[in-house]
Amino acid sequence: MSNTLLILILLGLMALAYRLGMRRSQRLVGGPGGVRDLHSLPSYYGFFTAIWCGLPALLVLFLWVSLQSGVIRDLVIADLPEAVRTLPPAQLGLVINDIQNLAQGNIVSGEVSLEMERAAAHYQRLRQTSFAASVVVVLSLALLGLSVGWRLVSPKFRARNRVESVIKWLLVGCSTIAIFTTLGIVLSVLFESIRFFEMVPIGEFLFGLDWSPQMAIREDQVGSSGAFGVIPLFAGTLLIALIAMLVAVPIGLMSAIYLSEYAGARFRAWAKPLLEILAGIPTVVYGFFAALTVAPFIRDNGALLGLDVSSESALAAGLVMGIMIIPFISSLSDDVINAVPQSMRDASLGIGATHSETVRKVILPAALPGIVGGILLAVSRAIGETMIVVMAAGLSANLTANPLQSVTTVTVQIVTLLVGDQEFDSPKTLAAFALGLLLFLITLVLNVVALHVVRKYREAYE
Amino acid sequence: MLSITPDTVALGAARKGVITAGFSPVADDARAINGTVGDITSADPRMTARNVNVYYGDKLAINNVSLDIGVNEVIAMIGPSGCGKSTFLRCLNRMNDTIDICRVEGEIRLDDQDIYDSGLDVVPLRAQVGMVFQKPNPFPKSIYDNVAYGPRIHGLTSNKNDLDEVVEQALLKAGLWDEVKDRLDEVGTGLSGGQQQRLCIARTIAVAPEVILMDEPCSALDPIATARIEELIDELREQYTIAIVTHSMQQAARVSQRTAYFHLGELVEVGKTDDIFTTPRHRLTEDYITGRFG
Ligand SMILES: Nc1ncnc2c1ncn2[C@@H]1O[C@H](COP(=O)(O)OP(=O)(O)O)[C@@H](O)[C@H]1O
Ligand SMILES: [Mg+2]
Repeated sequence: MSNTLLILILLGLMALAYRLGMRRSQRLVGGPGGVRDLHSLPSYYGFFTAIWCGLPALLVLFLWVSLQSGVIRDLVIADLPEAVRTLPPAQLGLVINDIQNLAQGNIVSGEVSLEMERAAAHYQRLRQTSFAASVVVVLSLALLGLSVGWRLVSPKFRARNRVESVIKWLLVGCSTIAIFTTLGIVLSVLFESIRFFEMVPIGEFLFGLDWSPQMAIREDQVGSSGAFGVIPLFAGTLLIALIAMLVAVPIGLMSAIYLSEYAGARFRAWAKPLLEILAGIPTVVYGFFAALTVAPFIRDNGALLGLDVSSESALAAGLVMGIMIIPFISSLSDDVINAVPQSMRDASLGIGATHSETVRKVILPAALPGIVGGILLAVSRAIGETMIVVMAAGLSANLTANPLQSVTTVTVQIVTLLVGDQEFDSPKTLAAFALGLLLFLITLVLNVVALHVVRKYREAYE
Repeated sequence: MLSITPDTVALGAARKGVITAGFSPVADDARAINGTVGDITSADPRMTARNVNVYYGDKLAINNVSLDIGVNEVIAMIGPSGCGKSTFLRCLNRMNDTIDICRVEGEIRLDDQDIYDSGLDVVPLRAQVGMVFQKPNPFPKSIYDNVAYGPRIHGLTSNKNDLDEVVEQALLKAGLWDEVKDRLDEVGTGLSGGQQQRLCIARTIAVAPEVILMDEPCSALDPIATARIEELIDELREQYTIAIVTHSMQQAARVSQRTAYFHLGELVEVGKTDDIFTTPRHRLTEDYITGRFG
């Protein structure tokens, strides 16, 4: 029997509680005809009983499961020989891991000693006891809750209000979880970054022109100085984002203008969804499109022109990223262009302006703030994009404005810093957190500005 | 029940004399072409519409309407809502072209030029026949740029001084100059409703049109702003031909010389404004102006 089964049993009990509570409420007023005498509908009494049955039991089960492993671990350690108990924490952790693996029948590192066997048996016993205890406690709590809820059911009892408030607290709980998770992630990134800045000065990080995060493991190792200047990464990021925007803004904007101002209803009905499908293509697909099709194409054509194009170029990544972003720009712009009131078009056309003059001189200026907002959102998307650049832009942190060379971006470096086996407290690994924090701050600012601009724009036309 | 305003009461009193004098729904001798009662022609026509039909898709919105619009006259178009007043007005500068499903048949001439001729360009036409809309619709640009919009589009001026002059003249004629001359670079949408509407009139005047079409220009304005616009219409009549759609019969009576009454897409009766409001000859016109429906 496992916890899953226990939860299933609990759910079964809750269903039973629902029926019992509902039945009782109906019986108390003498069958379905007397429902008017009840304060709430019978189903609310059912829900109320089910909540009494399930909620406390589930809470206890949750607490039990989250506390049990720590407690068991402490008990196992307390039972270990003195020599093992006094090991440094990291090694002690390894021993405990081995014991757990042994208990679960997994592969163990190193020899299995008699003490280990004993500890593993002890561990196993403790787990079984704990589980048995949890089943007893949880099930009896559920039954107790059921009977309490069942007893509380009476015609005057305001079950609806109780259920509503439980639902409200459930929603509050969910949103709290969402907020605190985000907050937790941000804080953990922040603290790790602070640890990084204890090792590498923040000025060197922000303004350094060199990025080579390989740290020397041995004293005499060459070429692994560990330079953490972030400028080349941001230059690369901005270069690629710039190329992407140069592709996406004109194409996206013009297709939005065509779709909203010129295209017939029937064409728009299938062209717009088609364009938005572009946004649904997984970025990894764009990535290999960039790496396998666009990059070689650019290199070969560059060679024809006598240009020296590296096979992983900023241009390839930027072009493909631009294509990926087109639907963002076009659908957002389409929305704001459609929001420009028809009366503006009438005024302009009525004075003898042509269609394109109206678009250029009235509609675009009126829609501009909204379009800018859309573009800023697209930029923050471009800066945060990883897959395409990992595959098409390369890893070398060149500080260059030449789009034909390979560059690297912040996100790519975060990936490479954390891929593979890493020590968790070397500056190299911690640098990923600092990069992440910086990236987060930049996109945050971009998004706030963009949303502000878009909202301002909405207000302009009621 | 009836909503009888002072004006209609006065008109009703005048009409009673007509009834006792033997009122008949349609005087036979006055039955003009196309079933319209009254004289559709004008001695000195600026625009002439003949046998105009307008369809939205398959739906007939204007049925066989013929009407002259005379030089330096204000012609009012009245009728219950949905009867096709706006539709007819929008035919006169081909604004209906902007509605995909709209189709116009018949003949409309401006100074003897067929405006639906396939060789005719709507750009100069709409400069000659300007339009003021129901809801004031200044561009979200400065007051100056609003008025300068048309002259710039049509390349009417070659330098800044000329443009300044055109803007000032247009604002003067629209009676707005004194109120805005010190803040020409503020946005036009920041003005009051009545000022916005006069700004829109200035914007229309700035391209020196011959005809100004106004579609219920006061329906979004308060009585004082309305009175201001009505005065303005009276002044503008000296230089322009004006066709105004209005839902207010008092307004039609105050500003127009001729009145056309539309009903369900047909032009029922046309005549001198004084005659229409004192001695309507068609039963439908009479019902409408006495407030029996509308
Ligand atoms: N853009 C349009 N598409 C379809 N039907 C329209 C459109 N504009 C007006 N109509 C129809 O044409 C008729 C006349 O409308 P309109 O000219 O606006 O009347 P009025 O201005 O006298 O109130 C109405 O029945 C209306 O529903
Ligand atoms: Mg109308």
